[in-house]
Amino acid sequence: MADINITSLGKVFAGTPALQDITTRFEDGEFIALLGPSGCGKTTLLRLLAGFDMPSSGTIRIGARDVATATNMVPPEERNIGFVFQSYALWPHMSVRRNVSYPLEIRKLTKPEIAAQTDAALAATGLTEYADRMPSDLSGGQRQRVALARCLVSAPDAVLLDEPLANLDVALRASMQAVFTDFHKRTGATMVYVTHDQAEAMAMADRIAVMNQGLIQQFDTPQTLYERPKNRFVAEFVGRGTVVPVKAVEQGENQLHAHVLGARIAVESEAQSQVSHVCLRPENLAISETGDLRAKVARVTYLGGKYLLETVSSCGTRLLAETRAKFDVGAQLGLTITTPWAFSED
Amino acid sequence: MQSALQKGGSRSESRLLSVILILALCLTLAPVLRLFIEGVTDQGVPSLSLAKSVLAQGSTLNALKHSLITAGLGTLVSVVLGAAFAFLVALTDLRAKAALVFCLMIPMMIPPQITALSWTQIMGPSSVLLKTLGIAPPLGAPQPLYSPEGIILLLGIQHMSIIFLTLRAGLRAIPQEVVEAARISGARGFRTWWQVVMPLTLPSLAAGTAITFVTALGNFGIPAMLGIPAGYVTLPTLVYQKLAGMGTTVLAEVSVLAMLIGAVAIVGILLQRFFQGRQNVYLVGSTSRPLAIPLGSARLPVEILLWAVVFVILVLPMFGLLATSLVPAYGVPLRFDTMTFVSWGEVLFRQPVTARAFANSFSLALGAAVVLMIICLPLAWLMERHPTRLSRLFDSLLDLPYALPGVVLSIAMILLLIKLPFTDATLYGTIWIIFLAYLARFFAVMFRPVQASLKQLDPAMAEAAQSVGAGLFQRLRDVILPLSAPAAAAGAILVFLTAFNELTVSALLWSSGTETLGVVIFNLDDSGETAMASALAMTIVFVVMALMTLIQLFSRRFPKGVVPWQT
Ligand SMILES: Nc1ncnc2c1ncn2[C@@H]1O[C@H](COP(=O)(O)OP(=O)(O)OP(=O)(O)O)[C@@H](O)[C@H]1O
Ligand SMILES: [Mg+2]
Repeated sequence: MADINITSLGKVFAGTPALQDITTRFEDGEFIALLGPSGCGKTTLLRLLAGFDMPSSGTIRIGARDVATATNMVPPEERNIGFVFQSYALWPHMSVRRNVSYPLEIRKLTKPEIAAQTDAALAATGLTEYADRMPSDLSGGQRQRVALARCLVSAPDAVLLDEPLANLDVALRASMQAVFTDFHKRTGATMVYVTHDQAEAMAMADRIAVMNQGLIQQFDTPQTLYERPKNRFVAEFVGRGTVVPVKAVEQGENQLHAHVLGARIAVESEAQSQVSHVCLRPENLAISETGDLRAKVARVTYLGGKYLLETVSSCGTRLLAETRAKFDVGAQLGLTITTPWAFSED
Repeated sequence: MQSALQKGGSRSESRLLSVILILALCLTLAPVLRLFIEGVTDQGVPSLSLAKSVLAQGSTLNALKHSLITAGLGTLVSVVLGAAFAFLVALTDLRAKAALVFCLMIPMMIPPQITALSWTQIMGPSSVLLKTLGIAPPLGAPQPLYSPEGIILLLGIQHMSIIFLTLRAGLRAIPQEVVEAARISGARGFRTWWQVVMPLTLPSLAAGTAITFVTALGNFGIPAMLGIPAGYVTLPTLVYQKLAGMGTTVLAEVSVLAMLIGAVAIVGILLQRFFQGRQNVYLVGSTSRPLAIPLGSARLPVEILLWAVVFVILVLPMFGLLATSLVPAYGVPLRFDTMTFVSWGEVLFRQPVTARAFANSFSLALGAAVVLMIICLPLAWLMERHPTRLSRLFDSLLDLPYALPGVVLSIAMILLLIKLPFTDATLYGTIWIIFLAYLARFFAVMFRPVQASLKQLDPAMAEAAQSVGAGLFQRLRDVILPLSAPAAAAGAILVFLTAFNELTVSALLWSSGTETLGVVIFNLDDSGETAMASALAMTIVFVVMALMTLIQLFSRRFPKGVVPWQT
């Protein structure tokens, strides 16, 4: 069990920065998701935490120990960290049991101890009956469970997972997510989980770090990320919505008002009066005949139980709304905006 | 060093890499460097006077001319034969391709002195096979192979597999769609070949031609067996004759000759590199099916023709060798009543020299295979993980001792080891000089397959072990070694095979008591014991074929690029 402290961490690959000045803290026992578009540095950050790569600048502290500083670096084999790879990285020449027991052999436990702990890990991941198979004879989900068992068996301080479910189909993903959440509850280990699937991140993580271009854009609970995005990137990347500029912001009694798409409405924000944009999510748009924002339906997508309407407002902005009633493409409707989230963006 | 620190979590890896890398550098490149220094100095001071006087000698120029003629024209023969086979095998729907390819590889694996010996057994007045068939030329007629033409022909046959392999690899990289696109546009049979396939394969053909020329230039067995009786001397045989005749007193002189061969070879190697770099640039990433153009009604005649060629260049000489090994005295025709295994019994069980040679060759080959495996496995892995400037340099130079003619390496080894630094001891004349020369020469044979298999290995394999706490040696032992074992085994068998048959290096380095099998065959033939030489050669051919079959049987289990004749 350990918390992870990262200070001014940077990583440069052949002159191009992959991570820039990251400072953050993962609490002990937290389930953290790293979310971001491809190439934003998620894997890089994870590999620095694991010790596979050396930071170009900054420090990493796990528990009470500095594992990477400007001058010194603890090699991965001495960090007591678990790593689950997207490609599983099972050793093809070892049986399932040997794959799982190998970390214990390294730690020079006695034979009976190894057997007992291996059995426990196999049972916890539901692999008991596959113990004597070779990894090549397992399905993708079973392989990922072996990888998890291998990482669980040595009781690591923290577990790092790099898109562990990316190779699996949708149904299997859901059941494996339950396996991971379960694992987290039982062991209480700090977990850092890389994914580019935001539904997955929302479903599992206590807090999500949204990354872009080597920077953490926002690090908050899933709910905060969705409802109170800090900037345009987070607002557009997490959930559905449109970011539009605001004008003539005014601080009222205890409410902020602004001009949005020609209408004067109340907005919510953290930074008083310094806001420049709002994020219009479907929840912020109510459909009504009398709505002062006129829009035309451009596309209708059925989401199951409700429809997503892609509309184009009279001023040319695309807005997303949700309804239970069906509209036809081309239909005219009125929209009312209710207290959207505003933020400042330069 | 900069990049070594960036990647990889373990400092012990960088440290181990430096240690093994320095060892490997000393092993492979120190001799070459030593030779270079010898060539440009005279008694310790920089001077080119000796080089000038040796290069001005008539015998040097003559040998250089002969070398260039035989290697050049021999390469031409290889190109014609190898390219014809490669185009037909790679592009058309011939049957039994695997068997054909296997048979075409045998000439490359059979040592040149045996090739020469076997061909002399099917030609000339004293050929047992021709006598048996009653078609031998009259006594006193010349042996037609003891001539430049004979050398050219055999060099051509010996090295056609190199052209075949490189060209076939290039052809296989051409996706079917490219040819189909040409056909859709209206190009027909020969035109497709000429205008689409040929231009795409030209770089591989050129690369193959260059390396074939280098190999032919360094060939010692064929010009020695065929050229020396005819008084036709090439550079490698000139070096051999000088060294055998006058011993190490002419060391400085032969160093200049070795440098001369080396210089010509380096030009060839650079050309090969250049063309290899241009290979497949526009076809990266193609994974589609290889070509199989239907030959239609021409298929059977073409197949018959190809197998007939295989029969002539492979089976016929072997029959000649076998026939000679079964007669009581050279020149007696083979009949049921004259057939005898006396020569076999003599070489295999009675002659102390051959017994010693078997023991020497066997232990040299086995030792080289084992030591090289121990060095190459960790080295290849660490070089893959920590590409430093030094390791990249080494990567580009490590083929040199193998690609350079054997004569060059032998002279370099003598120079390096004749007087060990700080002592009066010498390794010259001991078996250790041959052993070290083999390590240098066959380093690439072991290293490249291991490297190929490790490149295909997911780096996460080792990282997973690292993350559960396995240290460097545990990772090497428990993960890297087992996963690259098939490739290492294939590399070891190849090293064993080539070292077991080796002649060129040991011909210059042997002394009484350290004969190798190659030397013994050469000497037996030289002293007229042709029947015994044939029996010994036959034995070696069987060993070669058995080992090749072994590799073939397991070839499915090897990663791509490990077995040289499976591309
Ligand atoms: N070994 C390397 N050498 C050079 N550049 C690298 C290396 N590894 C990563 N990069 C670069 O660093 C940046 C971040 O890469 P990283 O692998 O961390 O992305 P990622 O967020 O994991 O993306 P994905 O979701 O596609 O896996 C990329 O631009 C990548 O090209
Ligand atoms: Mg990644």
